Parts: sequence; C-alpha cells; structure tokens
Amino acid sequence: MASMRDIKRRKTSIQSTQQITKAMKLTSTVKLQKARARAEQSKPYFDFMYETVNAMLAKSGNIKHPYLQAKDSGKTAIVVITSNRGLAGGYNNNIIKLVTGFEVPKEDTLIYTVGTKGRDALSKRGYEIKADYSEIVEDPIYSDAQIISRDLLEAFEQGEIKEIYLAYTFFKNTVSHEPRRIKLLPVETGEETSEEKSIPMNYEPEEEEALDMIIPKYITSIVYGALMQAVASENGARMQAMDSATSNAEEMIDSLSLLYNRARQGSITQELTEIIAGADAIS
Amino acid sequence: MAELMKLQVICPDRMFYEGEVSMVELNTTEGEIGIYPKHIPMTCIIAPGVLTITEAEGLKNAALHSGFIQILPEKVTILAEAAEWPHEIDVDRAEAARGRAEERIRTRDSKTDIARAETALQRAVARINIIK
Repeated sequence: MASMRDIKRRKTSIQSTQQITKAMKLTSTVKLQKARARAEQSKPYFDFMYETVNAMLAKSGNIKHPYLQAKDSGKTAIVVITSNRGLAGGYNNNIIKLVTGFEVPKEDTLIYTVGTKGRDALSKRGYEIKADYSEIVEDPIYSDAQIISRDLLEAFEQGEIKEIYLAYTFFKNTVSHEPRRIKLLPVETGEETSEEKSIPMNYEPEEEEALDMIIPKYITSIVYGALMQAVASENGARMQAMDSATSNAEEMIDSLSLLYNRARQGSITQELTEIIAGADAIS
Repeated sequence: MAELMKLQVICPDRMFYEGEVSMVELNTTEGEIGIYPKHIPMTCIIAPGVLTITEAEGLKNAALHSGFIQILPEKVTILAEAAEWPHEIDVDRAEAARGRAEERIRTRDSKTDIARAETALQRAVARINIIK
C-alpha cells in the first residue's frame, strides 16, 4: 500500500488540476453564451441569403455562369475550420478525420485553414496548406469572411481550383455538435420551394450580372455563418470536455481520500499493536 | 394615411432595422430608387449611398454600403453587408477615408485598383452626406 504521504501528494495534485479544469469550464461557458448569441444573430442574414440565391438559381437554371459550372481541371480546395487551442475533446480531431476521409486524394487538394490545430495536423499528414487564417478564429468578424471568400474566388477564377468545400462543426445545441462538409462552388442548384414559385421576380441588372455580384456575397455569408457555428461549437466542446474532466477529478479525489483514510487507519492500528506488544514485553 | 409595407434591413451581425414603413429610398447600381408599397417584385444590387426610411413618425437616415435588396409588394428586405446609423459614424475617419480615396484615384498608376478606390470613395461620401 502506498504511504500516506504519497497518497496525499497525489490528491493535492489532482485537486489543483481540478481547479484549472473548473475554471476553464466556467470561461468556456461564458464564451459559449457569447458565441451562441452571435451565431443566432447571423442566422437571419444567412437564411435569407440562402433562400434568395436558391430561388434565383432554381429560376435561372439554364444560365451559363462560371460560378455554376463544374470544371475539369484544377484541384479541390477545402476550407478547414478548427480551433487555435486544444483541450476541447474531439472537436479538432473530428474535423481532421472528416478531411482525411475525403474521397479526393490529398495530392489533389489544397487546404485553406482557419485554426492552428487543423493546420498543424494536416500539414503533418502531408496536405498542401495554401493559406492560413488562424489569427481570426478567436473573434471572427464579417470582413474576415470577406477576405477568405475573395481569395477563394480569385483562385477559382484563375482555374487553380475547380471546386471548393467547407469543413466545419455545426452547432446543433450546447451538447451536440456535428462535423459537416458542404460544397461552396460550383453552387449546386437547389430545389425550388413552392412558396417562391408563385412570385415572378425581376432582376435589375440582368440575372447574370446580378449572379456575378450576389454569389460572392453568398459565399462570404456561408463562410461567416460557418465561422460563427464553429466558434460556438469549439466552446461547447471545450465546456463539455472540461466538465467531464472536472467530474473525473472529483471521482479520483474521492477514491484517493478513501485510500488515504484506510492508510491512516492502518498506520494507527500498527502503532497501537507495536505499543501493546512493547508493554507486554516489559511486564 | 399612407399605405404601409414591411421593411427589414439585415446585416450579418445584427438585425439593423425592422418595421412598417411607407417609403424606402436608396442607391442601387442602376441608380437611385424610391419604393412605395405594391411595387413589382424586383431584386437589385445596392450601391453605397444613403438609405432613407419614411416611417409613420418621420424620416430615418442610415448609411448603406453594399448588399442587395429584394422587393415584394408587401415586404422589402435589404441584405446589407454593412449599414450604419448616423450616430455610429465617425466623421473624421470618413473624411480621412475620402481624402485617401480621392488621392488614389488622382495619382492612378498600374497598381491602383480603381474600382476599389471608387467604392471606397462612394462609401466615404455616403457616410459624410448622412451626417450633413
């Protein structure tokens, strides 16, 4: 049996770890609330943008526009949104798995990363990192998304890449986050909803020109929405990870206290036996 | 009493404005337009300029930078990448930005992105106009 001192040392060490995890849990809870509020505020913009673009595309299905047509040559770009910091449970790993499990071989992919964890893990696995925007992930704003989408569209127009995917974590609710992959370009024409069918829409300027201007905004809004979702998910994942770490520490402390008490009892009993034995020997 | 329609101005990070209005005026890439209720359905691209909202209680001005507008007979929705109320605008910054943009356009060389400088100028002018 380990000595009392050893057990005590172990217990104190776990206790201080628990204090850290507890504090981290509290901070990520606060950050989660903030991130979630922001994600919710960005939702109406995103939803409306999605609706409009879909309605436009459904109606103008036969438009020949570079953004809508698949190309034959070029690489596949993947925008990977992870975090800059660890201790968030499976958050970063799930996204990396999603990317490595991609059907396109890694020689044909270009990675745009947001978040150092994803960047480091993917470059170690031999992926080509085209650009990195990790510094924005702590507090993404709309102009950050504009920069990313501008770079993407430039590469797309130059024929360097033929399609663009986005890998991020969708924030379902506080406890469940889902790694997702969506296709940004070429834009997939969605199904027209019955509601929109009834309204014949006029475009000014002409549809093709309007698409030219709206699609970059559409991409930006998806990237922005994904960033918001990812930040909320990151904090949610960290909160959960820290919560279970705290309760694990609690369990370990409990069992160590039990061991400690038993060891103390044992040493008292032994001392008593020794004293009695000594007294017996004298008399 | 004038007829009313629903107006929503949505920014990426907030709902900028939501309410019943009788008229909306703004700048599009095709020119300045004013919209009354019962307008034909239309989608336009917004150019930087002043957004004027006529409510039952009076006028409201805001600077509107880029985005697009969807007009339906009963409802107008503006998706703005950026919009500001007058009190949110920093005049000195806007003046400085106007100076910079004008300078860039005047001293144009092969490297200057004229389109970008021009939108920057338009944005700055919109901000300044709204305060005056």
